[in-house]
Amino acid sequence: MFGSLTEKLDGIFKQVRGRGKLTEKNVKDTMREIRQALLEADVNYKVARDFVKAVQEEALGTKVLESIEPGQQMVKIVHDKLVELLGTTTVEMHPVDKTPTVYMVCGLQGSGKTTLCGKIALMNKRKNKKPLLVAADIYRPAAVQQLETLAGQIAVDFYHLEGKKPPEICREAVKHARTNFIDLVILDTAGRLHVDDALMAELQDIQKQVDVDETLLVADAMTGQDAVNVASQFHEKINLTGVALSKLDGDARGGAALSIRKVTGCPIKLASTGEKPSDLEPFHPDRMASRILGMGDIVTLVEKAQETIDMDQAAKMQDKLLKAQFDFEDFLDQMQQLKKMGPLENVLGMIPGIGKQLKGVQVDEREMERMAAIVKSMTVEERRRPSIIDGSRKKRIARGSGNSVQAVNQLLKQFNAMQKMFSQFGKNKKKLKGMQLPGGMPPL
Amino acid sequence: MSAAFNPFERLKNSLTKTKDNLVGRITQVVMRRKIDDDLLDELEEILIEADVGVKATMRLIEAVKEKARERRLTEGDEVIGLLKEEISEILSRKKEPLETEAEIKPVIWLIVGVNGVGKTTTVGKMATRFAADGKQVMIAACDTFRAAAIEQVGIWAERSGVDMIRSQHGADPAAVAFDAASAARARGIDMLLVDTAGRLHTKANLMEELKKIRRVVEKAAPGASVYSKLIIDGTTGQNALSQVKVFTDAVGCDGLIVTKLDGTAKGGVMIAVAEELGVPVDFIGIGEGIDDIQRFEPQQFAEALFA
Repeated sequence: MFGSLTEKLDGIFKQVRGRGKLTEKNVKDTMREIRQALLEADVNYKVARDFVKAVQEEALGTKVLESIEPGQQMVKIVHDKLVELLGTTTVEMHPVDKTPTVYMVCGLQGSGKTTLCGKIALMNKRKNKKPLLVAADIYRPAAVQQLETLAGQIAVDFYHLEGKKPPEICREAVKHARTNFIDLVILDTAGRLHVDDALMAELQDIQKQVDVDETLLVADAMTGQDAVNVASQFHEKINLTGVALSKLDGDARGGAALSIRKVTGCPIKLASTGEKPSDLEPFHPDRMASRILGMGDIVTLVEKAQETIDMDQAAKMQDKLLKAQFDFEDFLDQMQQLKKMGPLENVLGMIPGIGKQLKGVQVDEREMERMAAIVKSMTVEERRRPSIIDGSRKKRIARGSGNSVQAVNQLLKQFNAMQKMFSQFGKNKKKLKGMQLPGGMPPL
Repeated sequence: MSAAFNPFERLKNSLTKTKDNLVGRITQVVMRRKIDDDLLDELEEILIEADVGVKATMRLIEAVKEKARERRLTEGDEVIGLLKEEISEILSRKKEPLETEAEIKPVIWLIVGVNGVGKTTTVGKMATRFAADGKQVMIAACDTFRAAAIEQVGIWAERSGVDMIRSQHGADPAAVAFDAASAARARGIDMLLVDTAGRLHTKANLMEELKKIRRVVEKAAPGASVYSKLIIDGTTGQNALSQVKVFTDAVGCDGLIVTKLDGTAKGGVMIAVAEELGVPVDFIGIGEGIDDIQRFEPQQFAEALFA
């Protein structure tokens, strides 16, 4: 996420570092490059211009000029400004505090509304709330079935009225919710163009019929300059209370996020990061800014880990790791834990300093499977003491797992490298920052 | 003649918003002005706001400057002519006539793209269009992943009155593609449209799946022409370049279909794609109606933009 922008800024700051001190001229040069990087990231032209102007004013302050490490200072200034633009603090969704609370989800065609509705429902179900998914898209073929299927997959209630207009469907859905102890009604509206007056009026009509607590715009992270028009039109007509960014698991630089936030003033509340119903995170402006600057998103990673990893086991593991007692049994365990956290590339992208190194390295989940197969073909003794694996054992493991001896060798080599790396962590935890991952090795 | 039956009018109408925004402003900028740096800066802003991208914009501006010097043009309004010429030239590169009928049947189109760009809708529109041209058309419902995707394309197949090969949700999409290609060959179908699941180009395993679909289709219909058509959402920014690159690497990319150009998005990134990657645009989608799809004509597009 935002990977390329990070790289760009890294490159720019390297130049600043090289020059030693910030002068008016090199600040200007740097700013031009920042502006260009922002534009390439699809940040709106005017938003980028204002941003650069603000940063430049601060950068030219004496504090920066006298500082010893201008690059670091610059990173901080740009970071702070990005956070400021993205919204300083995390803003939560409207609390589910009455029966029912109503969320209305809207956006352009194909922005990911239906998928997001399912994710919001699941998130609330996990908090022991009872959500209701309402199909209010009567236009797109099979849209109703899509939501109904989704509701079935995550086992939450579903509502639709055949042959009725969306405002009526929504009104009746809320009535239905009241009598069925529903905590949260999620209205999945049809995709529409912000310039389609008839369909925009339909949303206004829904708002008249139903007391909507949260009006959420879903925006595709890949959107270009037009994000500004879309967001401001939606905001003008239906008064948005929040924004959700979708498809953040792609490689789009996501400049649209900055633009939308800037023109609507609406907080970005949710980040959708995958196709599975559980791939939903709160949007953290500070983390996002850090991510933009290549400082990684370690907080999300830790939270994710806490949700999915057995903490006792994790503590034991850490101990083992630092004492370099990590063996193949643990390795297998670790791989399974990691898998629970979601697609590997999402996890890796959050680790500081890794996003950049992974550029061009596609994490192949099947490669992981292959490694697991090799480990599973080892005896328990071999897993605990890999050093006993000799030529004939290697041959057997290779045959057993359907791999070549070379593949087994490679895994052993990687494993050794990893053990070495972790024993270094044990000695000096600070090294974590610049850690080099051996190819294809899962980090921890 | 009503607008609906005149493709040129239709395109022009649909692009009016685009035109008002982009060209209206360009006209404002260049009226009664001499070519100077301020003017070029303003043009740069307009092009970037149209999603043309920084690099392509710089190159366009450079080219216009160069041509203006060569031809000794100094008037601002002549800049529009130069820009039009330049854009139209870029979009015309690599353009080839569409093959919709071949000796070895069927001609196969793999409809591919990231999530939510309008693949299924495009399949429906194209099926209708080809069927109206008197072609025997078949649809392969290979999005077995997304909920109700098969039903969605099924409705389009019904509307356009063409055959569809499907399997159940969760089935192997390559198997469906294989069956469809075999069936299309056996039944002497002219055009087979393969609707695939949306996938982000960054997911290696899903791109592998796509490669497999292409492989088995080629196997099931030996000698048939197989084209990969990448669907790009017209509101997409610079990420479109990345999408085109990765999809091209995986299954080749013979042409783009750019959708959702009936909004305020300007689709300028297709200029960048044509220029940097040399992939032409075949069709543009300009609405949700079954016939809201147009053959993309660079000259016409440029004319309509600058009319």
